Amino acid sequence: MSSGTSEIEPATAEPIVFRWHEAEVASVTVMTPHVKSVRLRCALAGRQRAGQHVDVRLTAPDGYRASRSYSVASVPDDSGTLELLVEGLPGGEVSGWFFESAEVGDRLELRGPIGGSFSWDGPDGGPLLLAGGGSGVVPLLAMLRRRAEVAPAIPAALIYSVRSRAEAIALEELEARHRAEPNFSLFLRTTREGEGRRIDAALVQAALASIGSPTKVFLCGSNRFVSPAADLIMAAGVPATIIRTERFGA
Amino acid sequence: MVTRGFVGRRQSPETGARLPPGQYLTQDFPILQIGPNPVIDMSTWRFTLREGSRPIKAYRWEELDALPRTKWHGDIHCVTKWSKFDTQWEGVTIDDLLADANISAPTAYLLAESFDDYTTNVPVVDLLNGKAMIATRYAGEPIHADHGGPARLFVPHLYFWKSAKWLKGLRFTNTDTAGYWELRGYHMYGDPWREQRYIGD
Repeated sequence: MSSGTSEIEPATAEPIVFRWHEAEVASVTVMTPHVKSVRLRCALAGRQRAGQHVDVRLTAPDGYRASRSYSVASVPDDSGTLELLVEGLPGGEVSGWFFESAEVGDRLELRGPIGGSFSWDGPDGGPLLLAGGGSGVVPLLAMLRRRAEVAPAIPAALIYSVRSRAEAIALEELEARHRAEPNFSLFLRTTREGEGRRIDAALVQAALASIGSPTKVFLCGSNRFVSPAADLIMAAGVPATIIRTERFGA
Repeated sequence: MVTRGFVGRRQSPETGARLPPGQYLTQDFPILQIGPNPVIDMSTWRFTLREGSRPIKAYRWEELDALPRTKWHGDIHCVTKWSKFDTQWEGVTIDDLLADANISAPTAYLLAESFDDYTTNVPVVDLLNGKAMIATRYAGEPIHADHGGPARLFVPHLYFWKSAKWLKGLRFTNTDTAGYWELRGYHMYGDPWREQRYIGD
């Protein structure tokens, strides 16, 4: 990668090997009308860098399997679990199972954590500019949780674009962090209520003004969110080399 | 191990036969990349063939665009598990490129190199005999920057992370040298039909 980034680099010559691990549903909690928090007890818990994802694999009685990737919302802790925030997508093969069927004690498989440059930890430093659209906020939430634990002095701003407050994931937590953490600011945009505004140059300027020049920028969401957000942030003078993106769907 | 309550969404036999293991069919064209699209100036665009650090031949856009063109129609498969059927690409095969450069491949491996400093490794044998091209058109149009235009490597029989976007060169290497994702746990070869997503698969 370009020298302007200080991302995760393989520390040794040992190859990274992702093996499937059994996991058990430890809890299921409703977060919003469309999102549930699922805690999975698994040997992989605690290994993740904030921003990384895991692959989830489900197996039907006849051996049919399906797997999908989910960002990990939780940071390493002593619970022995990982938290996924699963959006119930219409017709979603794996998300549908999580959203409609998953119960405590159900078993499935995980592997990971996976992900290169879209991850952050305290030594990577800041200031941090984060921008998420919809459920794209999940890996950014993990970064904010990690930052609060290990590097609360690093200035951070989260631009969060969501249809409505009711659909905003972890809004209560984010607003509490905004109030309680002196070096973190939340910039919320609701696109389908209130003034119904999308992210724009003024919002990017305000976020940048709150943190100074960022050294790390992470953008996550749909293409419809990430592409214009990246353009606005680059137009504000942020170099492309420090911007990392993760996108889902179309 | 069976997951209680999971049934899954089965594909029709026709679709299933075209899908490598673990893949699902998508109708849209997802975009996956590590950062923003790089800014590329066509007047200074160069494509460079290298052996190690030694340049073999460099092409301006007009020079590459003037080489013989080949069309390809078929299915593509991304390691993130989507597959897209019946895609149409056009470009310059690696065979035609090497013929124009008047060389045969000097080593058995290479690294594809991109304008965003992304790299990915591919055995040379997987690029010859019409198996791969430098694609410059998708569905009859110049490739949009979101999908790797103006030129991307196109190796459809491997997972699509091998088809590096915004290609700026091919670097022949003496050994199979891991690229960006291969250094981060992804498979060195990446055959979707053997589900080689990660090292050890």
